[in-house]
Amino acid sequence: MCAVRGLTKTYPAVRGRRGAPGTPEVRATDDVTLDIRRGEIFGLLGPNGAGKSTLVRQLTGLMRPDRGSVEILGHDIVRHPERAARILAYLGQESTALDELTVSLAAETTGRLRGLDIRRARTERDDVLDELGLAPLAGRPLKKLSGGQRRLACFAAALVGERPLLVLDEPTTGMDPVARRAVWSAVDRRRAERGTTVLLVTHNVIEAETVLDRVAVLDRGRVIACDTPAGLKEQVAGEVRVDLVWRDAAPVHVPEVAALRDRAVESGRLWTLRLGPEEARAVVATVTGGAAFAALDDFTLATPSLEDVYLALGGAAQQGLVKA
Amino acid sequence: MSVVPADVLPGSALAVDEPAVGAAELGPRARLWPSLAAVYRAQLSRARVARIPLLFVATFQSVGIMILMRGVVDDGAEAQAVVAGSSVLVVAFVALNLLAQYFGQLRASGGLDHYATLPVPPAAVVLGAAGAYASFTVPGTVVTAVFGCVLFGLPLAHLWVLVAVIPLAGAALAGLGAALGLLAPRPELATLLGQLGMSAALLLGVLPAERMPEAVRFTRDLLPSTYGVEAFARTFGPHPDWAFVLGDLAVCGFVGVVSLAVATWAYRRAAVR
Repeated sequence: MCAVRGLTKTYPAVRGRRGAPGTPEVRATDDVTLDIRRGEIFGLLGPNGAGKSTLVRQLTGLMRPDRGSVEILGHDIVRHPERAARILAYLGQESTALDELTVSLAAETTGRLRGLDIRRARTERDDVLDELGLAPLAGRPLKKLSGGQRRLACFAAALVGERPLLVLDEPTTGMDPVARRAVWSAVDRRRAERGTTVLLVTHNVIEAETVLDRVAVLDRGRVIACDTPAGLKEQVAGEVRVDLVWRDAAPVHVPEVAALRDRAVESGRLWTLRLGPEEARAVVATVTGGAAFAALDDFTLATPSLEDVYLALGGAAQQGLVKA
Repeated sequence: MSVVPADVLPGSALAVDEPAVGAAELGPRARLWPSLAAVYRAQLSRARVARIPLLFVATFQSVGIMILMRGVVDDGAEAQAVVAGSSVLVVAFVALNLLAQYFGQLRASGGLDHYATLPVPPAAVVLGAAGAYASFTVPGTVVTAVFGCVLFGLPLAHLWVLVAVIPLAGAALAGLGAALGLLAPRPELATLLGQLGMSAALLLGVLPAERMPEAVRFTRDLLPSTYGVEAFARTFGPHPDWAFVLGDLAVCGFVGVVSLAVATWAYRRAAVR
């Protein structure tokens, strides 16, 4: 239902001024090609700055690509960006347009601006607020809500006035588990009843693994992989991930530990190793016995996650994907 | 979390690509007047949260200026100019200055994306916001005008002319404010331009024109708020010349139409980058 071909967008270089260093030319999306199918939850996963939001802005008609094409449900969005607003609902990262409105008015106004008449907008508003458990907050301005509640209210506004495609840019940021569950069950209901398609932007690995049907992994503007989460994880199936947390400093005086150092990704007291199953077992045996054990605070042994896939595929950022 | 596998959904296909069919039906477009009304209502409600203190500031500022000028000007034409200028200054403060700041911030923070991804005509967003900001000025302008008339002993008989002055001066200044806010490359610049516009309305509108040098008087003629001030000031006389009043208001209306058209164009330009 959504076909993207060769989408490229380059931000021009900015010349440095006094006190502000210049930035070189940045290719925010680099020859991106994707196919999103009807009824699926399709994810864009990548660390901050990977080009996820830039890509989404081009798909929603907010930004013109330099090259390439976007077709949603048979409509050419590059040539007719104004049609995007009549096909999809977009939840961006910013809520400034709605911040000073009450939850109820934000949802109602958005519905009316999506072309609903006043009665329909109010009915849908009430339904959506009930569905998401926002009814008790309906009279409060978004500004006075916590980050997660505000995000949920913006999500509610995105749902009023049904659209076959929902484009959600990090919808669950700051939400507690109850709110997250409300979001995903609302998405599921629309999928089951109306075959709604969802394009989800996330840097949250756990969310990507549990929610998505398929995921495109982005790195520096390029799609470096696109498959189901399980399919992607098979690419690194031979690996196990060992996390070691040291009490204080790592006991590098122990020769076995010193030998591991070159292969570990260090982040403070945490060492992360990606090893074959046999090797991993040996490492665990080493650090849980003898001198190293005294210095060990905690360790975990885990099967690969999408983060490991990202790193195995040559993703440049060593950190930046969130597991929560 | 997601419990519905995509391949059991009606009409979905995970493994096979869907057949090439004609373009899907588009959702409805929001029509101009209903969406204008929705934006207007939403913007008015913002006043309750954020704007009321500023409306007080706008009114007190104008009242304070009139009290200061009381000892300086004579009771004739100058007093009329001061009262009219102070009243229109409220409009300039809110419609020009605050609206320029609002649109400047909305643009810089990405808040325009919200409107740009809704099928709403650009004119509805701009006119709705401009109309709401012009409406915010009504109480302050009326209070200032009545207070000024009492303070300087001017007749209250023709104050009804505010019914025309506020919307027309409001349209001109709000259009200008919206255009400045949407065109300024940075929000600080939008704030600065809004403040400068208001300062110009203050200095050139409130101070009696007869005492100014030629160059300043020329600048004064370029400012749209001047025509609102002139139209209002003329009505304090014993026999107002209504043709001139209408002429001044027509200038306001014309500037309003042009500046709102520019603001709408600027909105379009800012929304899709």
